[in-house]
Amino acid sequence: MAELIAPDAANELALDLARVRMMVGRARWAAGAFSRLDRERTLRIAHAAAEAGFARAAYYAEKAVRETGFGVAEDKRTQIELCTRGTFGYYRRELLVGTRLDPVRRLVAVARPAGVVFALTPSTNPVSTVLFKIICALLTRNAIIVSPHPRAKICSAGAARVLASAALRAGAPDGAIQVIDEPSLELNEALMCDPRIDVILATGGMSVLRAAHRSGNPAIGAGPGNVPVLVDATADAAKAAKCIAASKSFDNSLLSTSESVLIVEEGIADRLLRHLKAYGAHLCSPVERDRLRKYLFPGGRFEAAVTGKHAVWIAGQAGFRVPPKTKVLLAPFDLAVPEEPFCREKLFPVLGLCRVRYAEAGIDVSRAILRYAGGGHSAAIHSRDPGTIMAFASALKALRIIANNPCSSGTVESDGSRAPSIVIGTGYYGHSSVGEDIGPHHLINWSRISYSKDAGEALGYCDEPEGPQAKNAV
Amino acid sequence: MYNYGFRSYASKEDFFERSKTFWNPGKTQFWKDFGIDLVIDRREEYFLYDISGKRLIDVHLNGGTYNLGHRNPELIATLIEAMKRFDIGNHHFPSLARTALAEELAKVCPGELQYTIYGSAGGEAIDIAIKTARHARQRRKIVSIIKAYHGHTGLAVCTGDQRFSKLFLSEGAPQDFAQVPFNDLDAMERALKGRDAAGVLMETIPATYGFPMPKEGYLPGVKRLCEKYGALYIADEVQTGLMRTGQMWAITKYGVEPDILVTAKGIGGGIYPLACAVVGKRHAGWLKQDGFGHMSTTGGAELGCVVALKVLEICQRPEVRSFVQYISELIGAGLREIQALYRDFFIGIRQNGLVMGLEFDHPRGAMYVMRALYRNGVWAIFSSLDPRVLQFKPGILMPRELCEELLDRVEVSIGEARREVRGLRKRARPENARRSPAARRSAELVTEVGHAVGRNRLKQARDEKTGALSGSDHPRGAAGGSSVSGDEDLGRNSTGARTWQN
Ligand SMILES: Cc1ncc(COP(=O)(O)O)c(C=O)c1O
Repeated sequence: MAELIAPDAANELALDLARVRMMVGRARWAAGAFSRLDRERTLRIAHAAAEAGFARAAYYAEKAVRETGFGVAEDKRTQIELCTRGTFGYYRRELLVGTRLDPVRRLVAVARPAGVVFALTPSTNPVSTVLFKIICALLTRNAIIVSPHPRAKICSAGAARVLASAALRAGAPDGAIQVIDEPSLELNEALMCDPRIDVILATGGMSVLRAAHRSGNPAIGAGPGNVPVLVDATADAAKAAKCIAASKSFDNSLLSTSESVLIVEEGIADRLLRHLKAYGAHLCSPVERDRLRKYLFPGGRFEAAVTGKHAVWIAGQAGFRVPPKTKVLLAPFDLAVPEEPFCREKLFPVLGLCRVRYAEAGIDVSRAILRYAGGGHSAAIHSRDPGTIMAFASALKALRIIANNPCSSGTVESDGSRAPSIVIGTGYYGHSSVGEDIGPHHLINWSRISYSKDAGEALGYCDEPEGPQAKNAV
Repeated sequence: MYNYGFRSYASKEDFFERSKTFWNPGKTQFWKDFGIDLVIDRREEYFLYDISGKRLIDVHLNGGTYNLGHRNPELIATLIEAMKRFDIGNHHFPSLARTALAEELAKVCPGELQYTIYGSAGGEAIDIAIKTARHARQRRKIVSIIKAYHGHTGLAVCTGDQRFSKLFLSEGAPQDFAQVPFNDLDAMERALKGRDAAGVLMETIPATYGFPMPKEGYLPGVKRLCEKYGALYIADEVQTGLMRTGQMWAITKYGVEPDILVTAKGIGGGIYPLACAVVGKRHAGWLKQDGFGHMSTTGGAELGCVVALKVLEICQRPEVRSFVQYISELIGAGLREIQALYRDFFIGIRQNGLVMGLEFDHPRGAMYVMRALYRNGVWAIFSSLDPRVLQFKPGILMPRELCEELLDRVEVSIGEARREVRGLRKRARPENARRSPAARRSAELVTEVGHAVGRNRLKQARDEKTGALSGSDHPRGAAGGSSVSGDEDLGRNSTGARTWQN
């Protein structure tokens, strides 16, 4: 059938753009109304949305795996649950709406929402990232427009709508949550430059981050990771192995926080590898390693099909067999140089393995890994020597350093020590304006009223009168 | 020197002279006498620009023609695409675009409305509706509302104010055209009782009469009377349709399924003239009896139909419903606050969604307000059949910031008009106006801090805030400087004609 009127590409983009620009207009109205809600109502809305997302976690985890073809549904479910109920639970007591007082410095701070948040989300953790960003926006009375990764647009949009209707029922302003059904690169680029967007919250590759910051709008970028994990001779080998295997295999390694290259001090290496084997890691022989390299990086580029696939499947494709319980493939190499593909980010359960004579040498290798990719993101270390840990942290261009824990902690589950977050600000090293885990507090500014020192003048009202937290905020 | 390519003019005066010489002397002079020297040049979104560069927020929108904004980029892109394949079309043949639009209209119109008959202007479509009703019922009489306005074509003009028909010796035969007062069911029943009426022609909310709101039950009552006495209900949705009330058609909001629905103005998006009469299957017999019975070469031009399809698609987006809701709430609330300032002058707000009439306590109050608004950068027009009432028609996609700016300008302008009307020399504030709504709007920010602000503390905060502003006039109020003032100047002009617009 001939198309009656088939717009040329430029005009088609103009039409699509006009369509989404209307969403921005609606979001602005919603943001205006949202900014007038009080804390109680805001929390009620965020809670309703979080619970709605939590309730559908299994369903959308399954859908995400089916649509994208990667990941593990059960793991995605865990993560969605963390990003919804977990996130709300963690932040419900934090003052994100209202005022704070610092009686000593005589300051009153008033929380001010950004307005309209434009969120770009990835294909690797599509639903969890979408829901996390929405909950953050709701907690802070921001309107949000989500542009999901085209490869995960259906599950992302579906999940966003579940939250949108729950939020609406709980009293959110109409249009506070919107999602683009037919996202595209061109559309994103154009929309990011729309002056009515107040802040861009971008998760993606370097090109997405660069585009976000080039847009002229304030932007917070969560860039790619490439996590070195150093195990020195003082480490608890059993615990380290358990952490690494769990973190690396979670969701078939789709998290940007999952370990990419294991650097191990000679003295503990064999012990560590024994434990790793017990946790389902398979140490590739040199022949297997070479086959793997050839399969994974044909012509020096990634084989896209392996993203988020299971270790056993990958081994099969590469042409060797591993025990069915295998969760991680260990690929040994000697030289951490840019042309070594195992030094790059690996969104699949293959872990590079590099033995070093001393911890200092391990720090150098770790530095090198981050030089090739993943700057500003995460690094992990297993050691009982605080000096080594400090040296490691100070030497690496990483901002999120995990010691003696799975590197994905906080992004998978929260033990309370880290705020749940699946959006890692990669800071100046990683071309982002924020260098810490992103949370709702990044979506507000504070208006600060500075009173004169005259104690006779009364200070304004506030929600959180005293205490150290208040002072920190102001 | 104004150079427009197709013509250049040495000055605005030069242009006015030529306008009077070659186009319309009466109309040209009317506005000049009025102190409104607008020559619309550039236009975009909800802005008009005079050739001097002066910007006006357009809340006249030619009765909804520019609902979606001036030169809406989506509609322009759509038209450009359509022009690569289509032109006006051949009205004798089945047409791709006309059929597609008709099918879509059948979908978005209430009840059994199915066939679309096309014209290029609202009046033409009204004529089509009248002819269709006459054929269907085999009766001649058409009942309409006193002070109704349905256009100036041959039949439509007979249903409206005699001023426009008498001038051309074109009044219809009295037995063919009856007029009854709005909101009066008894009068309507008396007009229909003889069972000689083919149809009742109703604007859902009469625009040119200043948008008086239909009373509860009135329109359904008229529909019932139509059914009882065998007349067709013809809904003129030319100004009230296409989401202005928050629904596609105002008539369905009042619970009426018309037998014929007429849409024009906004359906062409302001870039391609188009008008449609959508007719119920049962009443469209002539289309089968003699399909060539009515025709119009440019009526339903295919380019216009493609644009109209886009207009309908846009209007059905959830965003639009949301916009209308937000805009009508903000503007409604803002106007009520302004009214509280000037209760002795600004006496009524008629509102259904974004269909609004502002009523002033002076026979020509809306003319003063219109002129003050013009000075202060807003274009809204008075109701020519009731100049106490200003037609106030904000665009259905207005951004919030623009609505707030509009309210600021309206507040100042109504104050100025009030002073003119009351002959007040001093720029004194009325008694009840302790603080201006503009100040209150900004004080609303205070509520943004959240709930913990106790009620009296909040009030105190507001009072303090207002205190700072109430001493001086609102900053935007300084525009002033009208060249025309006093009662005598309004409502007359050199040609002696009254008002003409709609
Ligand atoms: C309610 C109504 N019906 C019909 C018309 C006539 O439309 P047109 O001027 O396109 O003939 C108008 C024009 O203002 C109108 O307001």
